[in-house]
Amino acid sequence: MKIKNIIITFISAIALVLSSASISLAKVVGDKIILGAAVSLTGKYSTNGEHTKNGYNFAVERINSMGGVKVGGKTYKFDIIYYDDESNSGRAAQLAERLIKQDGVQYMLGPYSSGLTKAIAPVTEENKIPMVEANGASRSLFTKGYKYLFAVLSAANQYLEVAIDLAVEKNGGNPVKIAMAFEQDAFSQDVRIGVVEAAKRTGSKIIIDDKLPKELNDMAATLAKVKATKPDVLVVSGHSKGALTAIRQIAEMKVDVKMLAMTHCDASKLAKQHGKNSEYALCAAQWHKSLSYKDEFFGDGMQYDKEFKAQFGYAPPYQAAESSAALLVWKDAFERANSLDKDKVRDALSKTEMQTFYGNIKFSPAGQNIAKPMVLFQVRCEGDKCENKVVAPTKWAAAKLVHPIPKWSER
Amino acid sequence: MKKSNLILYGTILILGLVAPFIFPGFKLQISFLWILIVLAMTWDVQGGQMGYNTFGNILFFGVGMYLCASVQIGMFFPLAEWTEAGGEKTFVHTAPQYFQGIVFGLLLAGIIPAIIAGLIGYGILGLRGHYFAICTLGLGIAAGEIAGGIELIGAGQGMTTPPWPKNIGGTELRSQFFYYICFGLVIFTFLFLQWAYKTRFGLVLNAIRDNEDKAEAMGIYTMRYKIIGWMVSAFFVGIAGGLMGNMVGYIEPVEVAFAGPTFGVFMVLMAILGGKGTLWGPVIGATVFHLFKEGFWTFFLGWQYVALGVLIVVIVVFFPEGIMGWLREKYPEKFGEVVDEADRKAQVELK
Amino acid sequence: MDLLIFQAPILMVQASLDGILLGILFALIAYGMALQWGVMNIINIAQGELVIVGGYIAYFMYKAGVHPGFGIIVSPIIMYFVGWGLYKLVINKVVDRDLFISILATFGISILTQQLMNFIFGSDVVVAQSNFGTTMFFDGMVTLPNAKIFAAIVSIAFAIGLVIYMRKSKLGRAIRATAQNARAAKIMGVNTEKVYAATFGINAALCGVAGSLIAITFTLHPYVGLPYTVRSFMIVIIAGLGNLPGVAISGMGLGVFEEFADYILGTEFRIGSVFMLLVLILVYRRFKLSRKREYLK
Repeated sequence: MKIKNIIITFISAIALVLSSASISLAKVVGDKIILGAAVSLTGKYSTNGEHTKNGYNFAVERINSMGGVKVGGKTYKFDIIYYDDESNSGRAAQLAERLIKQDGVQYMLGPYSSGLTKAIAPVTEENKIPMVEANGASRSLFTKGYKYLFAVLSAANQYLEVAIDLAVEKNGGNPVKIAMAFEQDAFSQDVRIGVVEAAKRTGSKIIIDDKLPKELNDMAATLAKVKATKPDVLVVSGHSKGALTAIRQIAEMKVDVKMLAMTHCDASKLAKQHGKNSEYALCAAQWHKSLSYKDEFFGDGMQYDKEFKAQFGYAPPYQAAESSAALLVWKDAFERANSLDKDKVRDALSKTEMQTFYGNIKFSPAGQNIAKPMVLFQVRCEGDKCENKVVAPTKWAAAKLVHPIPKWSER
Repeated sequence: MKKSNLILYGTILILGLVAPFIFPGFKLQISFLWILIVLAMTWDVQGGQMGYNTFGNILFFGVGMYLCASVQIGMFFPLAEWTEAGGEKTFVHTAPQYFQGIVFGLLLAGIIPAIIAGLIGYGILGLRGHYFAICTLGLGIAAGEIAGGIELIGAGQGMTTPPWPKNIGGTELRSQFFYYICFGLVIFTFLFLQWAYKTRFGLVLNAIRDNEDKAEAMGIYTMRYKIIGWMVSAFFVGIAGGLMGNMVGYIEPVEVAFAGPTFGVFMVLMAILGGKGTLWGPVIGATVFHLFKEGFWTFFLGWQYVALGVLIVVIVVFFPEGIMGWLREKYPEKFGEVVDEADRKAQVELK
Repeated sequence: MDLLIFQAPILMVQASLDGILLGILFALIAYGMALQWGVMNIINIAQGELVIVGGYIAYFMYKAGVHPGFGIIVSPIIMYFVGWGLYKLVINKVVDRDLFISILATFGISILTQQLMNFIFGSDVVVAQSNFGTTMFFDGMVTLPNAKIFAAIVSIAFAIGLVIYMRKSKLGRAIRATAQNARAAKIMGVNTEKVYAATFGINAALCGVAGSLIAITFTLHPYVGLPYTVRSFMIVIIAGLGNLPGVAISGMGLGVFEEFADYILGTEFRIGSVFMLLVLILVYRRFKLSRKREYLK
């Protein structure tokens, strides 16, 4: 019965491998403060996962090259352990556990997308590991009483609320008819909640409420319904693919609405890819380079934009900017806490009140950034060159909102 | 029981029982391994023993997961409010509520999928070969898409499972709790299948694999056995799903629950890697696969799917018999096969 | 449940036309799958990925300043060799094996290709602009993008061209002979190895055509191949192997079904209902066949 011996050898080999895998508590190694992050390098969120990772890396390099983090008279440098969560929430939760339990990470950075953040948050919370996240906007993250979660971005339901208010205002304060199409994922559905609430508040009527499957790349049916029912506002959200599909088919089907509100216009490079077809699309964003916030590391938004472009070869979407901001928050918290103890740092985080190039950051008791407004911009074209121009809030408006959108027959 | 068997099982049992104390950081990791072993072993009931290559067992995994979580919540609180608006409201389970919930949840997570398997079995198990494979593939994907449209269970936003009750010990206790349930499940599944394969049931399954028409002609009512086989798989996979949902803490319809492209395929791969149609094959396959995946994945940051793709191609093209099959070919004596040396020599000479 | 489509019947026209145009495109992909399934007994899970690779070829032509419409010529040529290479590398080792092995092996190829595409082409969602404009009927109520019409015409042209090629050419005859009986064909002097490679190449070329059409009608992303694979499966299964006109009809049928399911059941159940349909069709077939079997008894 040698086969049994083989199995026994096999099992003991595994035990050996496991035990030799040293469980180092890697929160601080030498002069490095180790942060852990699971980001989507593969799968459907890989575009935005890449933006997130670049944003993190850009900030880490900048902070390290500008003197690092000073804690207790000693200078530390940031370092990030990355795992690829494969755009899969199950995997993300597993990796968070792994970062904390096996790699001994004591400080976490968030993944990309609300869904994955929702998957990771219970893990960090139970292990009492502070996490500063920059890409999980779901409102439900902030109603669960999480104490170790801090988000530098505004909640998802705020994305397009403003757009509805704007439409009502342009309609002379009268309610509007709204058509919406949202992808079946945590983020887009949260944006939907915001729109539904705004509609309720303004007495507006929702006449189409479609949920797009994640795999869908054809919205013709939804748009045909829009054509038939003629709403005032069409709201679409579905990450980059949703934005690109919507514009393509709206242009092809010549769908006329007074207002077209979307998300992920800059991440999908809408203005560049669709050119004139994307004109007048109104987009919600967490950040725009023309905002007048400043900090000592990146200067202002314009400078960030320029330097990011020089390093990574593309203009930073807000996903990259907010990710960079997360690192600034960490640095600030470590220095104020003047300690590496995770609970002290957590307390320092909760008292954060600072300005970064990305915006002001101040956390509510639930960990939500309440000091920063959402930005709305509209795609505007001059000749063949299209650009995103901020239209709201008025403080930074670079252009006036065009409303209603000219009909396709008149363009 | 033979002495060597006793040593083997004893070693495994002791190792399994003390593992959480020796490797405290790996508790959840090893719990996932137990779940994967259950998935691989139950897949093997169809894929290996019965010769029905199913992609549909993930259906029961997802159903079990949703059911368990829904029961845990629904027993004490209104489920619709729990999942409303992306799960904004949280109700806190007290410790007794939590444990009651999980016991009933897991039981139902086993029983209901088994019933579902019984109900749809007659229609689907009548299909043969690739039609069966594709039909079950469709079943899994359809279930995921449909679950993503049902508001009660959170639709596309997913639902969170009840958090571990406060005041009874922290995360360490939680992971130990789930570790031992998972370990218990894997032991129970293993012993049950070991027993089942020795009975007439196992023989009939093999008869179906080898030649279903002949088995039928022999007067065996094959459909009944096929359905029972599927129900057995569904039962264990459902419980595994319920546990998985609780360990991950967040259920997403197509990524966690009806995760066809990940767990759905992994269970097939693990069984084939280890050697399908054997009792130990899926266990070894799952262990090797999990070790490879968790151990080496991180070194391939971003390239891991390339590595997985290559691995799959290499496994199915070059080792379709799996590790056990390879061992069997190499050391047939150790598998209790009688090898007639003279006969083998004669064969070699003939070549 | 949404009854809008019954209140505004004009939507039915729109839905049917959209569905038919979509279905024709699916049918082209399914055609390639039917071919290799019939000839080589291979189910290719990487079909969708081949489509997307083909799409990226058209996209890069567009990037280089060439009209992406020409992708339908360049893409199949490149893809033929990609398919041929893939056959020589992996597929030839699984041809004679269990069908399930080919499913798994091509699944491996599929995730490998996805990831390589992610590295080579980038993870951005991209589109190629054809600027073909739109055709409108009924005072603009029914719109058909010319790009989709173009896609349908090209698909039909390629399908018909291939049918003629299979009938008339020597290679076509060899492929058909191999499909009927590989062993007999071998005995008759057909180099089946070559035939298989060619078949897989032709399949990849068809995917290339379909991909370049998708680049101008939908969006491209390294990870969107799977829906094309499963739909082509369904079409082939509904039509039955070796039934090429059936592929066209079931393709269009599927397209129309999808659009109507979208209107009536709601967009969120669109893909789910397609798969439920697949399951139901298979189960229906099984009962029909088993009745036939009892009957024979």
